[in-house]
Amino acid sequence: MKPRRQRMLAVGLALAGVAIAAGLTLRAFQDNMMFFIEISDVIAGEYPKERNFRIGGLVVEGSVERAEGSLDMAFLVTDTRCDLAVMYSGVLPDLFREGQGVVAHGRMNDDVFVADRILAKHDENYMAPEVAESLAKHVQDETTHLQEGPGPAECVSQ
Amino acid sequence: MIPEIGHFALILALSLALCQGVLPLIGAHRNDAAMMAVGRTAANGQFFFVAFAFGCLVWAFVQSDFSVAYVANHSQLSLPTVYKVSAVWGAHEGSLLMWVLILSMWTVAVGHFSRNLPDSFAARVLGVLGLLSTGFLLFTLLTSNPFERLSPAPTDGGDLNPLLQDPGLAIHPPLLYAGYVGFSVAFAFAIAAMISGNLDRNWAKWTRPWTTVAWLFLTVGIALGSWWAYYELGWGGWWFWDPVENASFMPWLIGTALIHSLAVTERRGLFKSWTLLLAIAAFSLSLLGTFLVRSGILVSVHAFATDPTRGFFILTFLGIVILSALVLYAWRAPSMDSTAGFRPLSRETFLLLNNVLLVIAATLVFLGTLAPLVVEVLDAGKISVGAPWFEVAFAIPMLPLVFLMGLGMHTAWRSQPAEPWIRMLRLPAIVAVVVGILIPGLFYGRFGLLVSIGVIAAIWVVATSLIQPIRSWRSGVRLTPAVLGMSIAHLGVGLFVLGVTTVSAFSIETDRALRPGESIEIGDYRYEMRELRDVDGPNYFAREAIVEIRRGGEFVGEVRPQKRQYLVQKSWMTEAGINVGWNRDLFVALGDQIGSDVWSVRVQYKPMIRFIWLGALVMALGGLIAVSDRRYRVASRVEDRVKGTVPETA
Repeated sequence: MKPRRQRMLAVGLALAGVAIAAGLTLRAFQDNMMFFIEISDVIAGEYPKERNFRIGGLVVEGSVERAEGSLDMAFLVTDTRCDLAVMYSGVLPDLFREGQGVVAHGRMNDDVFVADRILAKHDENYMAPEVAESLAKHVQDETTHLQEGPGPAECVSQ
Repeated sequence: MIPEIGHFALILALSLALCQGVLPLIGAHRNDAAMMAVGRTAANGQFFFVAFAFGCLVWAFVQSDFSVAYVANHSQLSLPTVYKVSAVWGAHEGSLLMWVLILSMWTVAVGHFSRNLPDSFAARVLGVLGLLSTGFLLFTLLTSNPFERLSPAPTDGGDLNPLLQDPGLAIHPPLLYAGYVGFSVAFAFAIAAMISGNLDRNWAKWTRPWTTVAWLFLTVGIALGSWWAYYELGWGGWWFWDPVENASFMPWLIGTALIHSLAVTERRGLFKSWTLLLAIAAFSLSLLGTFLVRSGILVSVHAFATDPTRGFFILTFLGIVILSALVLYAWRAPSMDSTAGFRPLSRETFLLLNNVLLVIAATLVFLGTLAPLVVEVLDAGKISVGAPWFEVAFAIPMLPLVFLMGLGMHTAWRSQPAEPWIRMLRLPAIVAVVVGILIPGLFYGRFGLLVSIGVIAAIWVVATSLIQPIRSWRSGVRLTPAVLGMSIAHLGVGLFVLGVTTVSAFSIETDRALRPGESIEIGDYRYEMRELRDVDGPNYFAREAIVEIRRGGEFVGEVRPQKRQYLVQKSWMTEAGINVGWNRDLFVALGDQIGSDVWSVRVQYKPMIRFIWLGALVMALGGLIAVSDRRYRVASRVEDRVKGTVPETA
């Protein structure tokens, strides 16, 4: 092949490949992109319906309930403003504790978040950034209230 | 006192790195032999001081000197000595020091083996490596000094993360870094060639063995990390598409493309500017990987160093390195075109396809890894990209690649006549299709289109990789190490694909509540929990289950999964019980105690999972054989003088 044609071929192949890959990728992204939704937004009804998403917050102390000898369990997750009921069945990650941060994948069923995955964090000092941010926001709300102005936003359900 | 000496040694190393980075480059420009000669000496001196500093840090760990903040945070008195040593690179500061140490080792090796290269070229390579080292030493000293003191010193340390107290993870980072950092050599060769403006085939010949060695370290390092994740994270997955895994995988993909493109540049003098670009990209992605891991910018289980100043420093460094490399490239690359041609059916075409597909794969992994970051910066919400996306996206370029691999291996340079080619490949193709359709049904009792495609691909690659070794064995004509290495590395790919396909199609996994005396049946296997008991370790205590596995009444083995609590950090850890077999793993992990005597248990059957790591090791072995080829050792000075100074015209 002459170099010109060679280069045309190379560029053509690369472009075609990238185009196909990009097309399929965009399609796949639609289904596999999971949004992180703050608990308060979930309670207010602002979450993707009929789709999986992620939530995160602190496991409320004393909220973990489990039937003796069963894998099914339920607990509350809070962003310090609103609490959300979560149901899960299966083996929990090692760092799942009451009062500790947690991230869950799943979807809403009525008023309950049905989790299909609870995320393990490898280090207890480490909290997923979006959870930390979500918590910090509401704690800030409360401190500003102590100084002056309007009270902390109440938990508003839909 | 010792930590201060270590700190001081690092500062000396920085000064030497600066000498090594500046003087040889000026010397090469002015053709001043004395200045060029500084490179090797400075590199050796730098290595001495970095190794000395590293030794000081190891000493501080072994002596449990908790007045050093880094030691106090990552070690502890009752930690076994092996893990006190491996704790040196268990966190940010120490692993950075190890990065610098490995870079200086590579540099010393380059200095040693570059004696038969033209002086000005060797000087430029060492100069570029010196500049890189300067950047990393500055990073260490300014933002992440491992020798910083803590006052008052605590009486005991905060302990090493229990997950890292494991032999696999003790050697995973050094190997991974050896690979990452090794790409800096290919990078330095590319920059040196561009500065001199003399990019002939010799450049590719010199670069090839270095790139292959870096690549094989990276391959083993990644495989080891995957193996560790499998048995130590406790849940039986072997690849999670975690950003940190992707960070090591992107340089691997580009490095693989680089190895293949270097072959074309060396043998045919083609693809020169493309090869240069890949050399730059492989190292840039290694740096990007460091940035992703060290800045904690992505949501990741590995993001243990969350400090914006460090992220900012690496980002700046990354920007300077990539930008200057690309500017140089834009200036020099257009003058490097070659006029050689090749036919559509030729090895060049297949290597071109290899490169296109590998780069597409790397691009897709890159997009998936950085998409959450981009979306967040654009303030469009917070997303995560899950493993299913990566699996689909990655398979799109990889599947054709695997099929083309079998064809490309047996195609001649320049032009391949079609008829003998088809005759040779007919048999492997038939074998692959027949076996691919039969295996899933015969062994696992289920047929499926996707499984069959995967198995066909695997058998096809295995069969075609064996053609040349079998022919050579029959005829008694020995293969060159280069050809043998290629065949074996490709064989490794086949084994890997076989493992991945079987594991993803036929794994069985179930979560169950279990009390002593009860059993679970999955597949043909029956797991019975015989007993629960307490076990004491050196720095933990554990609840251990004794699980007996039987198949059709016949005893297969006994596994002892544990739930450990480490005494210092009070953290819990799952230690899986695995019964290993060449064609399947039986995997049991304890979840939580969910009743007085009841535990949640995850039980798994993982067919052919060992082939995943075996395949990776075989790939690395192929690389090792390929670099032993004689032609890399007999690059004589005379030959270089003659060829090296005449621009390529053929």
